[in-house]
Amino acid sequence: MPQIIVENLVKHFRVSQRDTGVLGALRGLAHRRYETVKALDGVTFEIGPGELLGYVGPNGAGKSTTVKVMSGILVPDYGRCEILGLVPWKDRSRHVRHLGVVFGQRTQLWWDLPVIESFDLLRDIYRVPRHEYVKNLDEFVAVMDIESCLDTPVRQLSLGQRMRCDLAGALLHSPKLLFLDEPTIGMDAVSKVAFRQFIKRFNRERETTVILTTHDMNDIEAICDRLMIINSGKLLYDGGLDALRQQMSFERSLVVEMTDAGSPQVHPAAQLAMMNGRRVHIRFDPKQISAAALISDFTAHNDVDDLFVEDPPIEEIIARFYEGNDVG
Amino acid sequence: MVDSLYVYGRFLTVSVRAQMQYRASFLMQLGGRLIVTAGEFAAILILFDRFGSLLEWNVYQVAFIYGIVNVSFAVADALTTGFDLFGDMVKTGDFDRLLLRPRSTALQLAGQELTLRRISRLTPGIVALIWASTGLDLHWTIPNAALLVASVIGGASLFASLIVFQATLAFWTTETLEMMNTVTYGGVETTQYPINIYRPWFRNFFTFGIPLATVSYFPALAIMGVPDPLGTPIWFQYIAPVIGVGVLVVSLQVWRIGVRHYLSTGS
Repeated sequence: MPQIIVENLVKHFRVSQRDTGVLGALRGLAHRRYETVKALDGVTFEIGPGELLGYVGPNGAGKSTTVKVMSGILVPDYGRCEILGLVPWKDRSRHVRHLGVVFGQRTQLWWDLPVIESFDLLRDIYRVPRHEYVKNLDEFVAVMDIESCLDTPVRQLSLGQRMRCDLAGALLHSPKLLFLDEPTIGMDAVSKVAFRQFIKRFNRERETTVILTTHDMNDIEAICDRLMIINSGKLLYDGGLDALRQQMSFERSLVVEMTDAGSPQVHPAAQLAMMNGRRVHIRFDPKQISAAALISDFTAHNDVDDLFVEDPPIEEIIARFYEGNDVG
Repeated sequence: MVDSLYVYGRFLTVSVRAQMQYRASFLMQLGGRLIVTAGEFAAILILFDRFGSLLEWNVYQVAFIYGIVNVSFAVADALTTGFDLFGDMVKTGDFDRLLLRPRSTALQLAGQELTLRRISRLTPGIVALIWASTGLDLHWTIPNAALLVASVIGGASLFASLIVFQATLAFWTTETLEMMNTVTYGGVETTQYPINIYRPWFRNFFTFGIPLATVSYFPALAIMGVPDPLGTPIWFQYIAPVIGVGVLVVSLQVWRIGVRHYLSTGS
């Protein structure tokens, strides 16, 4: 039984057009011209409990519109959306009780107050029973290493610390759904890795359904089982990461550390892409020659110290995906 | 309901604590405000010192009405800062954050901030009330005291509803609405004097149109035991404060229409 059912969602926005210059502004006062933008154009999907889903698309593609509809803060023009049996915008208050949301760009914690005071207030807002609150808080403090942050005003925290506290705050009421909107934006590498691990962990241990919108494909690659790609209000892809890789027939690279510098002998089905001292990059299409065949052929003809096969980054795959679907 | 009030109280406590993080700045603003409002009151005293009375009103009677209006406004002003900030919250998207919580948006906005420095307006109001009460030798029977409290609640509700109305308009337009500020602040300036001194159309506006005078002037007459020069019956003077609460209820319904409009346009 799916937890989230979204069927044929359509949403238009009216955007007012302003003419430039003083005359234009005056004309705008008299009668404003509107342009209709289709933000969602028949989006359909289902999400089961405990899924960890990445949702990507360029700016203005319809990502945040979808998430807003699912959060109950935007009413679609047509279509159906049911989450845990509730229509989000009709039953906002009951719906959001099961929902945790983290925005990478802004905090939900009280800026000037020690973190613990924000947590206490959130407990009262969500009516979290005391024992549940204590249990959750103890766990988050231990797992996310935020003990030292609790008595510090939010404005004095580093971004990494703040995001961990924000995540803890969003999970205090044990939500069944967690929406993350670009949570790792601006974080340093170490914080990012740690943050992804927390998300994976909470998803696994509490079976919290996670929907992650991001521009950082490494987030997706590190934690998501399923990926949805949206553009111009239409879902272009919905499936696993590996399936996407296979679907987009793509080239892989064999990177070799040669024993001596010099031109290597390369199998005719592959091509030498780059040479940098003893390091050689060879591009090949797995449909024409398998990695195993290429490696055995290469090691038979050349002296090799080390080698590895490289996939193109997921970013490149998705960029090609947009191009392939002729995005406007 | 009890739970909502509790959460509201918790919001306000948190807001006060946050302001206390900047104690020096708070004290300076408080001091500045005190001087300004005290100056306003001093101006009235100076006027009376020069002219003796205002139509049939002596200085204590005017001070009493001044006190009710200013205490009401101070309470409303301090409690509705969240609605003042609301226009910006829509622009920055922070309003969405309130919608993501399982509480009414009006409760969260009202709890957003209890602006302590705005409470400074309370001081001259309270001083005026005490001074007037001694000067008029008022008897604080239970009905009189209850009527004073009711009048302040009615007045605060009415001022609050004006601010809610103004904020509601921000759902439809991003332009700032100075006109509403004129009504609110102009209303304070106008109704802190007995309204029978104004021309009929003007006092009708503040009695029936925006009933700011209704919730302060009429109860004040009943407490002071002064017959209304305009001839309203005594029972009306007792129930007048209810009108303020009624308007607040209406404004919160209009607010909900605004929220629904926001949900369908997303801007």
